[in-house]
Amino acid sequence: MVIEVSNLTKRYRGGTAVDDLTFTVEPGRVTGFLGPNGAGKSTTIRLILGLDRPTGGSATVNGRPYRSLERPLTSVGALMDAGDLHPTRSVREHLRWLARTNGIGERRIGEVLEATGMAGVARKHAKTLSLGMKQRLGVAAALLGDPGVLILDEPVNGLDPEGVVWIRNLMKGLAAEGRTVLVSSHLMSEMALTAEHLVVIGRGRLLADTSTKDFIAAHAPADGSGASLEEAFMRLTGASVEFRSGGSL
Amino acid sequence: MSGFVRAAGAEWVKLRSVRSTVVTLSLFAFVALGLGWVVANGFSEGGPAADALLPIMFGLLTAQLVLVTFAVATVGSEFSTGTIRASLAAVPSRGRFFAAKMTAVGLTVAAAALVVEVAVYGLVRVVIGDAAAPLTEWWTIEALLGGWIHLTLLSVFTASIAMMLRSTVVTLSILLPVLFLSSQGLGNLDAIRPVVQYFPDQVGMVIMHMTVPGDPRFGRDYGPWEGIAILVLWTAAALVGGWLSMRRRDA
Ligand SMILES: Nc1ncnc2c1ncn2[C@@H]1O[C@H](COP(=O)(O)OP(=O)(O)OP(=O)(O)O)[C@@H](O)[C@H]1O
Ligand SMILES: [Mg+2]
Repeated sequence: MVIEVSNLTKRYRGGTAVDDLTFTVEPGRVTGFLGPNGAGKSTTIRLILGLDRPTGGSATVNGRPYRSLERPLTSVGALMDAGDLHPTRSVREHLRWLARTNGIGERRIGEVLEATGMAGVARKHAKTLSLGMKQRLGVAAALLGDPGVLILDEPVNGLDPEGVVWIRNLMKGLAAEGRTVLVSSHLMSEMALTAEHLVVIGRGRLLADTSTKDFIAAHAPADGSGASLEEAFMRLTGASVEFRSGGSL
Repeated sequence: MSGFVRAAGAEWVKLRSVRSTVVTLSLFAFVALGLGWVVANGFSEGGPAADALLPIMFGLLTAQLVLVTFAVATVGSEFSTGTIRASLAAVPSRGRFFAAKMTAVGLTVAAAALVVEVAVYGLVRVVIGDAAAPLTEWWTIEALLGGWIHLTLLSVFTASIAMMLRSTVVTLSILLPVLFLSSQGLGNLDAIRPVVQYFPDQVGMVIMHMTVPGDPRFGRDYGPWEGIAILVLWTAAALVGGWLSMRRRDA
């Protein structure tokens, strides 16, 4: 299954969030989705999921617009904002209503709870969960339909070191099974370890669509010293950063 | 199973899995029964049997505000908690999602209103006596049936408005003053009655036999079943509005 984004554009009253964006996310590898704050990553993901309507262009999953999928969770699993939970609904009930919408059986709820280490807190209310536990619940929800495509918006936030390793191995494992994995993150060292391929955007426009190895090599310092993804990223996006801290307090 | 049935089933899971559902529906029962009991106790035995409708309907008519709060908060919490994004990612058809939500709210309210209404009726009969509002009279059946339909439709009407406004607080701060008009008696002011008498809550008072037909001040220009037809129109308009707003806007 592939995600195809073509000439995707989203304009808000305040300006253009996504600007004529075209790229393809291939199966079998983890694709990192990078860009400075406000670059348009989350907006692009909402457009792929049919939550927002594009101003122009299109996004498809396996050639079909997301909104035309009859049981979308069985082909696309997504984690957007881990905090999108009803505070007094339990972990299990959250997964249960999601499963119901797509005709997913009760047994699968137990499986994803086990797989994400959430089985022990299944009866807890969402408001009592730590950020890391909410992220795990978000991943559990994304895995519910055993989808061929996974789209994760900053899933590493709030995870402890053990959790970071866990999600890294999970994403790599899912890709190795032939699934399509698109993950956004600001943690460059983590992306260097996880993502084989990168899509980098700035101010809504495509800046790079290349393998992680080539990306680092292409934007390495001329003297060849200590090339890292972080340095390469800053060099490339330097011109398109919108929110730069400056001055002193 | 069709997509709509799956979506409606999921909405039912959402409803029954949060504490506020139990709390608000219990409060609805408590207010309806409590006020019914208080008003019934102020009634003298041997009065006109039809008068016994007042304690029954007064409690329900006041408690409808709790029911409205329940319906509005059910929709509003999707937006305040952000679960609307997960809901629409799982059910991308906006029409299907909206229909499922309204069905779940409507059926839940219908069930709660039926149970509470029967309980209030039973309570009032116990207090006033067997002569009060007998079920052998058509006007008793009409008021009970009409009241039940009114409570259910009003909840769907307000839930649809909440879907347009996307906020519990905004919706309630607009709707509650409008729905309080009846208790404040504004509906009886000559200057605005020609218009206000068609508001959803005023329609409800006619349906529940709380107005006096033909009375120059408390009478209305229509009867109970015309009132229900008017409420159906209000609800249909709100449903169309809710659906249009869901269809067009970003999540
Ligand atoms: N609903 C909206 N209305 C108006 N502007 C919006 C809306 N959603 C996003 N934007 C704007 O679109 C731009 C892109 O935002 P987006 O959240 O997609 O960026 P992002 O790459 O996910 O950033 P971050 O790394 O901080 O999460 C921002 O300038 C943002 O203010
Ligand atoms: Mg973002």
